[in-house]
Amino acid sequence: MDNSKKKIITTPICDEQILDLKIGDIVYLTGMLATCRDDGHRRVVESSRFPNFDLRGMSILHAGPIVKTTPYGYEMISIGPTTSRRMEAYEGAFIEKTSVKIIIGKGGMGTNTAEACKKHKALHCIFPGGCAVTAATEVEKIVGLEWEDFGMPEAFWIMSVKNFGPLIVSIDTNGNNLFELNKSTFNIKKDLALREILPHVHFSHN
Amino acid sequence: MVNSKLESIISKIIACTAIELPTDVYESLQTMQKNETQPLASELYSCIFDNLDKATALKRPLCQDTGVLQFFVKCGTKFPFLDDIEETLIAAVRNSTKSVPLRHNSVDCFTERNTGDNTGALSPWIEWEIAKGMNDLHIDLYMAGGGCSLPGRSKVLMPLEGYEGVVKFVFDTIVEWGINACPPLVVGVGIGTCAATAALLSKKALLRKIGTHNQDPKARDMEIRLKNGLDSIGIGPLGLTGSQSVQCVNIEFASHHPATLGVGITVGCWATRRGSVHINSDLTYTILSHANSI
Ligand code: SF4
Repeated sequence: MDNSKKKIITTPICDEQILDLKIGDIVYLTGMLATCRDDGHRRVVESSRFPNFDLRGMSILHAGPIVKTTPYGYEMISIGPTTSRRMEAYEGAFIEKTSVKIIIGKGGMGTNTAEACKKHKALHCIFPGGCAVTAATEVEKIVGLEWEDFGMPEAFWIMSVKNFGPLIVSIDTNGNNLFELNKSTFNIKKDLALREILPHVHFSHN
Repeated sequence: MVNSKLESIISKIIACTAIELPTDVYESLQTMQKNETQPLASELYSCIFDNLDKATALKRPLCQDTGVLQFFVKCGTKFPFLDDIEETLIAAVRNSTKSVPLRHNSVDCFTERNTGDNTGALSPWIEWEIAKGMNDLHIDLYMAGGGCSLPGRSKVLMPLEGYEGVVKFVFDTIVEWGINACPPLVVGVGIGTCAATAALLSKKALLRKIGTHNQDPKARDMEIRLKNGLDSIGIGPLGLTGSQSVQCVNIEFASHHPATLGVGITVGCWATRRGSVHINSDLTYTILSHANSI
């Protein structure tokens, strides 16, 4: 998409930048973005240990990247979102404890996260899953690394990004949940499809 | 012993599989893009192809999750380097982790420490098949990503639940879990006696090329019905709705115990990465999966 038509959100994010966004809207992010996955969520929520990076008004990405060490520092090779649903049990508490504003991942999240997004005015967005080289080219620089003890995929990588996206809003600040809506449509269509197929697969030896 | 010539072939297929999609998957996505009618879904297909172009141009893994490496080896009893295969596969994985590079995806059980080089207990995973009297070697590589491995499951049904039970199991799994696994999915279904054989057959089904069908007419009919039925749900790319749902449904089966009907399901994401190579006894080889291999 042409840059002038993109809706770009810049960190630090204030509520006004995101309050009028609705599920299904497409936005891009410029500023600071940090990766945080299963282990990072557990550390913040269960042990109240925080990375040395203030997440207030910032944005996290559920992702485990491939990073190359070069003589000049770290180089981002490939970074796509990971399944957000794995973080569902922790995300509500994570939002509350860190005041993070945008959570980026892939696939939907559940009611725990949707309620926290409503209460604390945050968003869950998805980046197209698997499009990891595109994402890496939107990372300007890796500016920090925390929690290296988790290993490369789970560590907390702090990046500066430019026009990072497309990001599709999947939970908005009113707690509307795109994946839950889609899922109920899918379930209705699933029942119709089953009604059509089942009579044709009654294989037996009668 | 590590055979260096064999290792360079395996390393080549690993790099190729990480960076480019196999030809059948690439073409199936092209067809789906062409047939897509919804605007958001069409835009997402463009993102996918843009990413694939960048991966090829920059020679980088097309998805950051290069998975756990799994090899399906079919070795002739007369292949001269049979004894070297296992060590060579492990060495190739370790070295490719640095050279491609691949993500570190092997975590030791119980200590839960990442080994850092994609090797570990039974890692890479190797399945063996012996070809009697042959002197060649065929290797299929599958990169089992986390997101696309999550929906996989198998279950032993009571026979009276019938194939209706099989169909429901597939639909429930895809709608509940598949939508988060980067659709459009490649769906492998296995039917057998127990949980393990049904699961293994579902993996073999996943390894079969898109566009091929089971030779059994009833299985073939079920493949088509399942695909059409899933498409009518309109899951779309990345689960964000669209006019189609899956790349294909492949079924493999084994005769089953009269008192059980095992069903397994294994899915691959839009980025289903499998590579296959045929190696002769003099170590000349042909890459079969990637038409324009890099
Ligand atoms: S499901 Fe596939 S495309 Fe998506 S992140 Fe995992 S490996 Fe990559």
